[in-house]
Formats: sequence, structure tokens, C-alpha cells
Amino acid sequence: MLRLVVVGAAGGAMSALFGVGGGVVMVPLMILLCGYNSRAATATSLAAIAIIALWGTVTYGLLGNVNWGLAAVVGIPALLGVVVGVRVRARISAVFISRAFAVVLVASAVLLVISP
Amino acid sequence: MTAYVIAAVMGVAGGFIAALAGVGGGIIFVPALALVLGLTQVVAEATSLLAIVPVAILGTWQQRRTGDVHLRDAVIIGLGSIITAVLAALVADALPQNVLRMLFAVFMLIIAIRIWRGAERDAGADTRTAPGKP
Repeated sequence: MLRLVVVGAAGGAMSALFGVGGGVVMVPLMILLCGYNSRAATATSLAAIAIIALWGTVTYGLLGNVNWGLAAVVGIPALLGVVVGVRVRARISAVFISRAFAVVLVASAVLLVISP
Repeated sequence: MTAYVIAAVMGVAGGFIAALAGVGGGIIFVPALALVLGLTQVVAEATSLLAIVPVAILGTWQQRRTGDVHLRDAVIIGLGSIITAVLAALVADALPQNVLRMLFAVFMLIIAIRIWRGAERDAGADTRTAPGKP
């Protein structure tokens, strides 16, 4: 129980600071601290993210930082992307996708830093 | 109007890539909102957080029959995150935007390295990634 709270505390900090789910820090912690396997940790952390993201959203909302319209316009079409993505995943090389994704992330990080 | 069309396309692409790579949408939504739509870093992050909620709910729903979702633990983790999440949002709001953006860029690089290494492991393991693997 306490270990799960620790996982939540770490995930909450990462999630709200960076506007992400926090699975990146929670999944390894759940495997290390709580004896989860990789699949169960990923699935359970995703369920937790639905709650965690709410705290950050509410806080940012009170501070006036949330663009509600754009969030809906991004978040709802994303559901279509997820459904298609899950189906396609079984058919193409995960290694290739992961590498391409890693390259896209590095490029985006560089653009973020150099953009005005 | 154009911004909304672009945002919708990015949403689909973000959800697609997120499901393929086994990551949440945020790491894609934040740079997309900041770079393409020109939102400030903190607004991009706040907006991404809200957009993540339906994605996480759908992802959980899709895995409901696998037995991998431990709902009670998820609720405890979710409740355990309240204090740090609120504090982190206050910190992100108070930080200068260029500092927050720099921190986020470093975070992205760390994720990129982890994903690359994960791909190496998967290649060594011969078979394809199991569904739901991070």
C-alpha cells in the first residue's frame, strides 16, 4: 500500500511537471517495488494515469493554463489513433517503430530548444 | 479554424504513435502543441494533460479483459499522486518558460534513449513486443 503511494507520488510529480502521464517513471518503480511484471505495470499505470492527469489538469485549470478547446480537439481524435495503432502494432516491426520514434523525439527536443 | 484542423490531425497521429510505441500521448502532445500551434510550454503541458485523460481511459478499457489492469492499485496510485501533482503544476507555472522548455527537452532525450535501448532488447529477444509492453 505504502509502496503504491510512493509510485503515485513519483508519477504525480513527473506528470504535472511535464504534462505527460508519468508512466515512464511509474512502470519501472512498479516492477521494482511492487513485484509487477512489465505488462501488468503498463496496463495498471495507464489506469492510474487517468486519475493522475486529472490533478494536474485541475491545478493548471485554476491557474488559467489549460486551453480547453484544443485539449478536446487533440484528445478526442487521439482515441481514433489509439484504436488504429493497437491493431497495426501486431503487424509491423516494433524495433523499427521504436527507433523511428526515438529519432522523432530527439529532433523535437532540439527544435523545442532552438525555436524562439 | 486551421489551428483546430492541425490539432485534430496531430491528435490522431499522437494517439497512433503512442499506441504503437507503447507510451502515453503526452510526450507527443506537448512538443506538437508547443511547436506546431505555438503554445507556451506551460499551456502546452496543461492542455496535454487534459488530452491524456480520454486516451488513458480508452487504453485501460481496451485491456480490461487481459487481467493486467489492477484497478484497486491504480486507484491507490492515483490518490497517492495528488500532493506531488499539485505541487509540480505550481512549480511548472512559476518557472520561467525557457527553463521549463529546456527541462522538457532533456526529459524527451532521456525517453528517446530508453525507447532506443528497449528496441535493442526486443531485437535481441527475437520476437515482437508483447502487447502492452512499455
